Amino acid sequence: MLTSELKDKSKLYRKKILQYIYQAKAGHTGGSLSCIDILNVLYNDTMNVDPNHFKSPDRDRYIQSKGHSVEALYVVLADKGFFPESDLNTLCQYQSHYIGHPTRKVHGVEQNTGALGHGLPLSVGTAISAKLDDKTFRVFTVLGDGELPEGSNWEAFLTASHYKLDNLCAILDYNKLQITGTTAEVCNTEPIADKLKSFGWAVREVDGNDVEQLKNLLNSLPFEKGKPNFIIAHTVKGKGVRFMENQVKWHHGVPSESQFQIAMAELSN
Amino acid sequence: MAIIDNSIGKANIDVFAETLESIAKFDKNIIAVTSDSRGSGKLTLFGQQFPKQIIEVGIAEQNLVGVAAGLASTGKKVFAVSPACFLTARALEQIKNDVAYSDNPVKLIGISAGVSYGALGSTHHSLHDFAVLRAIHNLIIVAPADAFETEQAIRQATALNRPIYLRFGKKNMPILSQNLSNTFEFGKSRVIREGNDLTLIGTGETVYPAYQAAEKLAKEQGIQAKVVSMHTIKPLDYELLKQLGSEGKPIITIEEHSIYGGLGEACASFLMQNHFHNSLKIMGIPDEYTVTGSQIEIFKHYQLSENGIAKEALKLRYAGIRIK
Repeated sequence: MLTSELKDKSKLYRKKILQYIYQAKAGHTGGSLSCIDILNVLYNDTMNVDPNHFKSPDRDRYIQSKGHSVEALYVVLADKGFFPESDLNTLCQYQSHYIGHPTRKVHGVEQNTGALGHGLPLSVGTAISAKLDDKTFRVFTVLGDGELPEGSNWEAFLTASHYKLDNLCAILDYNKLQITGTTAEVCNTEPIADKLKSFGWAVREVDGNDVEQLKNLLNSLPFEKGKPNFIIAHTVKGKGVRFMENQVKWHHGVPSESQFQIAMAELSN
Repeated sequence: MAIIDNSIGKANIDVFAETLESIAKFDKNIIAVTSDSRGSGKLTLFGQQFPKQIIEVGIAEQNLVGVAAGLASTGKKVFAVSPACFLTARALEQIKNDVAYSDNPVKLIGISAGVSYGALGSTHHSLHDFAVLRAIHNLIIVAPADAFETEQAIRQATALNRPIYLRFGKKNMPILSQNLSNTFEFGKSRVIREGNDLTLIGTGETVYPAYQAAEKLAKEQGIQAKVVSMHTIKPLDYELLKQLGSEGKPIITIEEHSIYGGLGEACASFLMQNHFHNSLKIMGIPDEYTVTGSQIEIFKHYQLSENGIAKEALKLRYAGIRIK
């Protein structure tokens, strides 16, 4: 997809994320806004995935490890035609399948996630299967920076390099904030690049809110033959709405009516 | 009368591995995932025969289950093999979310289950697995008693596209009667020995001592006990329990598990909620610091033995409960 089109999509998606969170009075606003450009590029440019052939064994897989940013995934899947966008009017409502974390009851969702530290092991198993069968599909997962301390991630980092999974790409949505404060204060995981390199991964860094940079980088996969791919995507939590940017309280803050109007006006500019 | 063939003693875990080998020969989608557990899972030969069908993750049980779920999501028939104690405690969240909730049809194989590890102590015992797994939706829970049940369970689990937990010990078990019940179906218990005075319900490695106790009661007291292998803990065989409830005779459940939350409480819950008032005793490992000893010594200590179970049946009689 053209970079200009991707930029338009990002704008549209941000507005929809806010609209549905505002409507539902629930959601993870900051993280959805930080990772939306990554999902945009994955679904509109990088991945071979299509709502009409979603069960194709050769499709690329996307597993969202940071399941709480589900609103970003929902708006992209709706836009891709996995389900009617009007379904999102039921977000978090009684008996809706559109709950606050991804589930396979929603067309287009690969795995039920939400508990942290689960997306990467699931992705590793899926990528191993492709290698066993000489299939060419790839597996993508977006990790939150706050979930990096989960031990299961580090177990899976080892297995991924042991099995030389260059068909696996883990993208860290590195907005540097989590519910308690900065990731540096809560549990300092730096130097992340050095750690992942020492675990045998090919590591790249990118502005994770720049669709052009993301597009070019994702089109250059695999970075090194025989190594799993790790992208440190430097992002801004709450990106696109100035009063939400880099504010811990917008982790799962829901805008008031006036805040919603200000945010939508800003995103329309 | 039931016939027990003592001459064909084999550990269920060995039967598991042999069965898996025989299936894998014809199905390259069979994958074993291990956590440095291929030795105790008896899969060394499997690994040599089918090097492309075994995935080793090292000692990392959470990753073991997550990776297994990922593999299963692509259509592989995955057996995640790890000691029951670690598999069902450390990786419980992965079992709950990645296998059961996401409906990835992994076959979770809990090896050296219960107190199989004996004197290695409580870190290595799994006396909680039935209890925690019963409370998780979308998971079949099975503890085969002998080689027949084990082979059938593995073959049927392979064909079944559902999440399932199978629990195995490592002690040699005689082949229990196939004269009375030569079929195996998840959720349908097997009657090992007929009897009308009371019923002994075992699961996994407690079925055999229950059978021995029944023989002893018959010989020494003229009491005829029915012996049931309740190999599937979930879904439980409600049909059988309904029948036992209607007959109203005493029931003793025997399990290699905490007396809390396992076979016994599952039976009690069904019976009471369906207005049956059988006298019932739950035998298992009590809520205490488990005694040190081999599996046999631990079984004897907690009366999960021929003598212990027979004594319990007599206690019910002395307590004035009509057995005969």
